[in-house]
Amino acid sequence: MKTKARNCPTESSAANPGCPCRANAPTHRGRRRALKLGLLGAAWSPLTVFAARKPGKMRPQAGDHLVFAYGERQGEIISPGDLTLNAKPIEAYPKQLASNVIRDRSRLNALLLVRLDPQTLPPTMDKYAANGLVAYSAVCTHTGCTVEGWDPATQQMSCPCHGSQYAAGNAAKVLMGPAPKPLAMLPLSINSGELTVAGAFSRKVGFKVNKY
Amino acid sequence: MNRRKHPIKLGLLILALSLTSAMQADDLFNNNASNLKSGTLLKDRPTYSPVTEQRLTKPEARNWLMYRGTYDSQGYSPLDQINAKNVHQLKPSWTFSTGMREAHQAPPVVNDGYMFVTTPHNHLLALDARNGELLWRYERELPEDQVQMHPTNRGVALHGDYVYMATADAYLVALNARTGKVEWEQEVEDYASGYYMTMAPLAASGKIMVGVSGGEFGIRGFIAAFDAKTGKPAWKTYTIPAPGEPGSESWPGDTWKTGGVPVWITGSYDPASKTTYWGTGNGGPWMGDARPGDNLYATSVIALDVDSGKLRGHHQYHWNDSWDWDEVSAPLLLDFQRNGKTVKGLVHPGRNGYLWFLERGKEKINFVDAKPYVKQDVFKSIDPVTGRPEYNLERKPATGKVTTFCPSSWGGKDWPPAAFNPQTRLLYIPANDNVCGKLKGQEAEYREGQLYLGAALEEFEVVLHEDAKDYIGELQAWNVDTAEKAWSVKFKSHNWGPILATAGDLVFAGGTNDRYFRAYNARSGKLLWQQRTNSGVIGVPVSYEIDGVQYIAVQSGYGVDAEREQALLNLSKGTTTYVPQGGVIWVFALEKENNQ
Ligand code: FES
Repeated sequence: MKTKARNCPTESSAANPGCPCRANAPTHRGRRRALKLGLLGAAWSPLTVFAARKPGKMRPQAGDHLVFAYGERQGEIISPGDLTLNAKPIEAYPKQLASNVIRDRSRLNALLLVRLDPQTLPPTMDKYAANGLVAYSAVCTHTGCTVEGWDPATQQMSCPCHGSQYAAGNAAKVLMGPAPKPLAMLPLSINSGELTVAGAFSRKVGFKVNKY
Repeated sequence: MNRRKHPIKLGLLILALSLTSAMQADDLFNNNASNLKSGTLLKDRPTYSPVTEQRLTKPEARNWLMYRGTYDSQGYSPLDQINAKNVHQLKPSWTFSTGMREAHQAPPVVNDGYMFVTTPHNHLLALDARNGELLWRYERELPEDQVQMHPTNRGVALHGDYVYMATADAYLVALNARTGKVEWEQEVEDYASGYYMTMAPLAASGKIMVGVSGGEFGIRGFIAAFDAKTGKPAWKTYTIPAPGEPGSESWPGDTWKTGGVPVWITGSYDPASKTTYWGTGNGGPWMGDARPGDNLYATSVIALDVDSGKLRGHHQYHWNDSWDWDEVSAPLLLDFQRNGKTVKGLVHPGRNGYLWFLERGKEKINFVDAKPYVKQDVFKSIDPVTGRPEYNLERKPATGKVTTFCPSSWGGKDWPPAAFNPQTRLLYIPANDNVCGKLKGQEAEYREGQLYLGAALEEFEVVLHEDAKDYIGELQAWNVDTAEKAWSVKFKSHNWGPILATAGDLVFAGGTNDRYFRAYNARSGKLLWQQRTNSGVIGVPVSYEIDGVQYIAVQSGYGVDAEREQALLNLSKGTTTYVPQGGVIWVFALEKENNQ
């Protein structure tokens, strides 16, 4: 029977051992093997965790650059000049320059990069915005679609799947639709003209299944 | 302080001890312990009646063994203890909160005392159908990076000692019906490429069959069969032919690779000819001009040999879809009269707003007739021999254009199944009228696993016909022998209520945004009974009998497209209607004293 390595977020499992990682939920032979490996890993955790941190899957890290996720310039580093005021957000992925790795192995790293008027941003966004440049997680907090829609007049980001609308100029506050939470923000900084990530996401990315 | 701690400690100790013994008793550790929440001890569970091929072909009246009760998809129960005379005495017998949000659409499938219910995010509950006692609960761990365009699941299939669920991460899982132990699981496709599953599988001829969702994500649709015992793949038939295969000329260039045509509702099955009948979704991306041609076998019914998966025939309801009119509901298999002859028929109230009557020939599906059952402004005419519609091209969405058309993309009827009562000869359709759609076509770029739509969803709107002030939702009844409408019940609300017909001369359905679940007289449409529930009832209702008591069961739990349509209707009407979420299984019976 075909078994498949799942996109288990090893780095978040390490940070949060309670994370429901599928490799720890053995349901047949392949999974059981995975469980054994997992147990082994738990025994030697510092080493294993280090080895398991695949840079392509890791959440964005401080110092990462951002690259175009799609299109003609896919993979090219995004500089502040690539962003136009109130224009449709650019879809981006973080990239670690030292290892030359784009962190596109998990779609939970997909970002929306937008330039807004810094004068209009609320103080809650100070920690995250860099001269009006803001990076949001592209993954809708409802059930995970990519938030693709954009209204330049209102600076609203919208999710095509069930119509959630987020206010780009107000920390992705949910304005409409089933999304339970704002999109995560990723802090940015600009140093000598280079746009980089300044820290971790403001909250867990992706969606959560509501359970009893 | 100290004194208080002791009882807690003691309690924990007792809990730990009892859990340990429960787990040992149930041998939960040998398999998917982390996914299984045990409700009762194994020894206290009823014995399980294996589901044989014979039972599937002729299910006992007391059971509801599959999605629509029987292979012909009629959604009809021969039970009549609850009937038009006494239904006003119907009372809730028990309820069970699933603890989940989103769309609860699955029928409670019942086999001699065991009830199986699936919820969004692929939880599977086994309950004692008598009293709602939880026997076991399986909770699938879904990958956290997946997209759930349609957080729902439409139920289980039963075969032998196993119960089967198709999952949102595109696996088919077989569990032991009595213990909840996962016997095998099989990847059907890669969820990262946009595939997912929401349908109840179809069990027939030793196989478990599933179709895949993902029409909005650039998949290539298919139906696949697996050995019921082992999960070994048996066959896989694509809904889009590859170059060189018949029908491939209807897909230009490479469009066949990402052309959609999902199958996300359980097929019907004719055991006499060993043929399964499936409804197929629309081509992708949405704008037909992105894939000029008829796009076989999109928006069609296809007939597949149950043992080989070989295509035996098809009928395309409409060509080169540009409206998102998936025709995924499987046709009902029933005989109807035409011009003094009995036709072995396929009947399908289409999302395109036409009611289709077809004939299931030996190696061919023949067109009989079709007529609109809601306002439809797209078809100019229908070829009387082939059934091929001619379009009013102004009503056909295209890239770079804004087009309005009726009915909306949700159609005259979306997925909620129609039902047929062989005694009244009436087909019951959960319809929506007076809601038209507005689509702006745009170019789509394919990216694996991402939305591949071809329409600006920000500008996706509903446009109301002036009659919408009178009604939108309808419960329609059509005589299948005369192809005439017999009666209709109209609602101000849109209607997403799957239908159950019973021999008690009753029709059961919810579907409206006021959270009611209702019973109607099957011959007149007169409202006979209603119960307000926790949420909107978009679940498939069923009926079963245990120990001489007939029950009606349904899930209440609003979500997905019904909710999305409500949001757009609110925008368009300036209303603020809110339908709460959260799933509850409701089971009704006549009041005790009247049972005896
Ligand atoms: S996934 Fe975005 S609104 Fe549902």
